Amino acid sequence: MGMTMTQKILAAHAHQDSVQTGQLIEADLDLVLGNDITAPVAIKEMDKFSNKGVFDKDKIALVPDHFVPAKDIKSAENCKCVREFARKNKITNYFEVGQMGIEHALLPEKGLVSPGDLIIGADSHTCTYGALGAFSTGVGSTDMAAGMATGKAWFKVPSAIKFNLTGKLGKWVSGKDVILHIIGMTGVDGALYQSMEFTGEGVAELGMDDRFTISNMAIEAGAKNGIFPVDEKTIEYEKAHGADQGVITSADPDAEYTKVYNIDLSEIRPTVAFPHLPENARTFEDIPEIKIDQVVIGSCTNGRMSDLRTAAAILKGRHIAEGMRCIVIPATEAIYLKAMEEGLLKIFIEAGAVVSTPTCGPCLGGYMGILAAGERCVSTTNRNFVGRMGDVTSEIYLASPATAAASAIEGKIADPTGY
Amino acid sequence: MQSAEGKVIRYGDNIDTDVIIPARYLATSEPSELAKHCMEDIDRSFASRVSKGDIIVAGKNFGCGSSREHAPIAIKASGISCVIARTFARIFYRNSINIGLPIMECDEAYDKISDGDTVSVDFERGIIKDETTGEEFRGQAFPEFMQKIIDSEGLINYINRG
Ligand code: SF4
Repeated sequence: MGMTMTQKILAAHAHQDSVQTGQLIEADLDLVLGNDITAPVAIKEMDKFSNKGVFDKDKIALVPDHFVPAKDIKSAENCKCVREFARKNKITNYFEVGQMGIEHALLPEKGLVSPGDLIIGADSHTCTYGALGAFSTGVGSTDMAAGMATGKAWFKVPSAIKFNLTGKLGKWVSGKDVILHIIGMTGVDGALYQSMEFTGEGVAELGMDDRFTISNMAIEAGAKNGIFPVDEKTIEYEKAHGADQGVITSADPDAEYTKVYNIDLSEIRPTVAFPHLPENARTFEDIPEIKIDQVVIGSCTNGRMSDLRTAAAILKGRHIAEGMRCIVIPATEAIYLKAMEEGLLKIFIEAGAVVSTPTCGPCLGGYMGILAAGERCVSTTNRNFVGRMGDVTSEIYLASPATAAASAIEGKIADPTGY
Repeated sequence: MQSAEGKVIRYGDNIDTDVIIPARYLATSEPSELAKHCMEDIDRSFASRVSKGDIIVAGKNFGCGSSREHAPIAIKASGISCVIARTFARIFYRNSINIGLPIMECDEAYDKISDGDTVSVDFERGIIKDETTGEEFRGQAFPEFMQKIIDSEGLINYINRG
């Protein structure tokens, strides 16, 4: 029986000709990632190993991004712990404030992810790199510690769901709308323990940033990973970012899928996920007037260049509604700089928005835009759980950058169509 | 650990890691500190009513959301001896095994066990018994490989012994 794309990558890294769904394997790792919340826990665990030291100083990435620049003393201590560990072990890919970015935007940008790679990260959105045809998945700090020490991790080989994409997205519709639509169909556990494999002629119509957004939220359907085939756009992206060529993998024609969804991209409409689960997806026919207090445009889901360009195109020459706060967070320093050069930051600031240095910040309720009791936020982030961005009675509505920008202007959840 | 017994604290579906331990407490990874805030965003009384050995019984997709190991650590440090759920989110499942928090999947247990019942769990055989009603349920026993990690009290010890 044939293998899925994910199974092929796992087999290659386990030095086996083939693997089967459900099989437990031990696989070699190409990269191990951690951040300022998860790495300190892993570093503490590292002390317990009889063999001290890391398996490969070039294959570990440490990115303080969650509470950085340090929001309080404890965060500063965590950053210090990661910084000292990186120095002591001569970690090549440690990214200090001023060179950092949100990890899942940063690693691909720095050329650290190649097609066919096997990557684990102590952060659930590590699944983002599936956009580049790699297998990447989130793990906890103990797995990270074991990965850093041994260069290996155990996996249960997943089955897969196939998403066959056709057609082309309409104006102001993006990868975010696609993935919210998909999670609306599957539910937040619809792909539990499984891979999501995106395929079909519609893939070619999606830009890399849209693919990153879609793979990023695979975890919100419960998936282990969300993977795209490698095409010209992928290769072009990898060249531009100085990544190794990698190993291009594709699913066998007779690979088995537990389910196949056919999705016509031209039928996707701007989609909003209502509180308190990403599966509560609605389109504007079903959205009543809902006043909001804040808009957040950023995160590892939607803080990339095309996201900022979209938001700026809508905000240009307009002003956000009275009483609104709009927080724009470019995901990396390089994106920040580019947005400055293109004049986007000026557009945001003139529209009444605030522009932050790269950070996860409000996405996980860290800082830089925490919600008070009863406040509502339209956010381009990926989770709208109870209390995620602040008080337990606050509400998060997940949406695309276009919908977020239109909502900032109108002071309510607004359809970008027509802008 | 081969068995557990305790009073049940019951929750519904999709209990996410943000409610198990909110991000505002993640600046520390000290288990006893985390335990003080465990479950507080959905259940303010959890930390005060939980006692050593208690068992959480929950619906589907328990532990969905972030990869924070702080979530199973907080639960374990609260004194919970086992979490039984219809299904677990995969990272939470991994993390629990890796830190040695026993967990078990069982649909029937969720359907039939009530809050406050006393329940015992035999991990090796995968048997869950509601001591209050006398009913027995069969849960998923761990594959041998995972059982070895649990028996070693976590992944790191397992590797060290390797
Ligand atoms: S932006 Fe949000 S979801 Fe992404 S890594 Fe940071 S906290 Fe996690």
